Amino acid sequence: MARVSPTNGFKPSASWKVWLGVVPFFLFAILFLLLPSFRLLTASFSTPEGAFTLDNIRQLFTEPLIVNSYRLSIQISAVTALGGGIFGFLLAYSVTVGGLPKQLRSVLITFSGVASNFAGVPLAFAFVATLGRQGFITAVLKNIFNLDVYASGFNLYSFAGLSLVYMYFQFPLMVLIMAPALDGLKKEWREAAENLGANTTQYWLKVAMPVLLPSILGSMILLFGNAFGAYATAYALTGGRIGLVTIQIGAQIRGDVLYNPGLGYAMAVGMVFIMAVSLTGYSLLQAKTERWLK
Amino acid sequence: MSFLSRLRRFPFWGWFWFILGVLYFVLPLYATVAFSLSWDPADPFKAYERSFGDGRFWDSFLLSNTLALTTIFASIALVVPTAYWIRLKLPQARRIVEFLTLMPFVVPAIILVFGMIRIYSQPFTIPFTDIVFMQPLTQFKAGTNIMIVAGYMVLSMPYMYRSVDTGMRTVDIRTLTEAAQSLGASWFTIITHIILPNIRSALLSGALLTFAIVVGEVVLASFLGVQAFGPYLFLLGQHRAYEPAALSFVSFLLTWVAMGLIQLVTGGQEQTVGAH
Repeated sequence: MARVSPTNGFKPSASWKVWLGVVPFFLFAILFLLLPSFRLLTASFSTPEGAFTLDNIRQLFTEPLIVNSYRLSIQISAVTALGGGIFGFLLAYSVTVGGLPKQLRSVLITFSGVASNFAGVPLAFAFVATLGRQGFITAVLKNIFNLDVYASGFNLYSFAGLSLVYMYFQFPLMVLIMAPALDGLKKEWREAAENLGANTTQYWLKVAMPVLLPSILGSMILLFGNAFGAYATAYALTGGRIGLVTIQIGAQIRGDVLYNPGLGYAMAVGMVFIMAVSLTGYSLLQAKTERWLK
Repeated sequence: MSFLSRLRRFPFWGWFWFILGVLYFVLPLYATVAFSLSWDPADPFKAYERSFGDGRFWDSFLLSNTLALTTIFASIALVVPTAYWIRLKLPQARRIVEFLTLMPFVVPAIILVFGMIRIYSQPFTIPFTDIVFMQPLTQFKAGTNIMIVAGYMVLSMPYMYRSVDTGMRTVDIRTLTEAAQSLGASWFTIITHIILPNIRSALLSGALLTFAIVVGEVVLASFLGVQAFGPYLFLLGQHRAYEPAALSFVSFLLTWVAMGLIQLVTGGQEQTVGAH
């Protein structure tokens, strides 16, 4: 830590010495965050021999295996972001302005905090116990309602099943983000709308929704990114049989599927790009909402 | 009439969504517990006894806890002085540091570990010479441990930095620093004896989040070949049926305890702020 004499004290100083205080942090960020990321970027533009090439990037858009994995990842992220977003919003609505007792709110928020972090191997096992072939709900549906979900085409280890599992950490995240935004809806707006003769539907369509919409869309984008980067849950559930981008990259690290490392780097860069775009969209929309909900 | 108006005011949709949500939350957990207890009707806790009786469980669990604690202390040592320094002397660096701490949201764990392995599986050489400065980190145990702790620090950075920064907002670090300096305290004393105690609830909430992230993490541990709890649970799941369910429930409870403590701690913090 740089020692600065008390006399030139507490004004932000332009002296280069003040920057010494943040050197450890920047050194850490460079070594373990920026360097690994940039290594992938540069390597995705080079052949194994080190010459410059655009081939890897081109293959990203032409190689069917890669294109399909991106399509699959985007599909599952979009489906779970939409589903989790809508359901999470309704749930957040129910405990904020939906008229439920106040105590339920803190219960739900705590639970959401846990569930949004409950991903990976344990989550996959929990759903196998619930909706697997021998699962609890599967058995209940079969024995009581005489409905064999597996015979009627459902499969936990498929796209639909994986989406259902992802929803377990998607909608609590939506609850966590949307609850404060719904709190921001001012009582006066509703009263003013009712004084002017608006009914509930009109209030929601004309007043609340326009204010909340950027926040809802932004949160859904965040959910999209959340699902897009997930790896362990899908791998534990399907053992890598569903070819998400993360699974393909994992296979590339293990080195048993792809033989072209440049392509692996390019896939990683493509992922980072998509994540960066979605996070930028999130922060832009969030900033738009904050104007109203303070 | 009064019954009808009560019915009209009854928040039907509120309850409907809430109950649906609770079912979604609870049913998988219930199924997991029920399954883990169903191994042997004569001895319902057989799966738990077997899991806890396995030495590899304790090894991996202890290792994950050690890694979590190391990560927490290293993160605090890195983040607190940085956040403090930025508030006090370097507000112009705030944006870039905040940007860096949010980067882990953009770079998923699988990409991070991919990049780290590619970089640190080659020996460091002094530029323009063939002199090997350090062996590849992936080739010896301490090196792998450094990498995994650093990776966990990156993953928990967004949460840790935000908690610490929010914690510092509530105390007047400038006045505290001036007072300490006029009494002759060194920077080290100021940070360890003045700043840290004043933001302890923020530190605790950051630490517990880090703990919840690290215990049970799979991607970094399995790709770096560290025998942590996450990979152990994954392997167990491929060979056994009942023990993984038992351990999944245990790990869920652990996360829950951590989150409950955060609620308790941050809730308490808000109260003290309100009481002033």
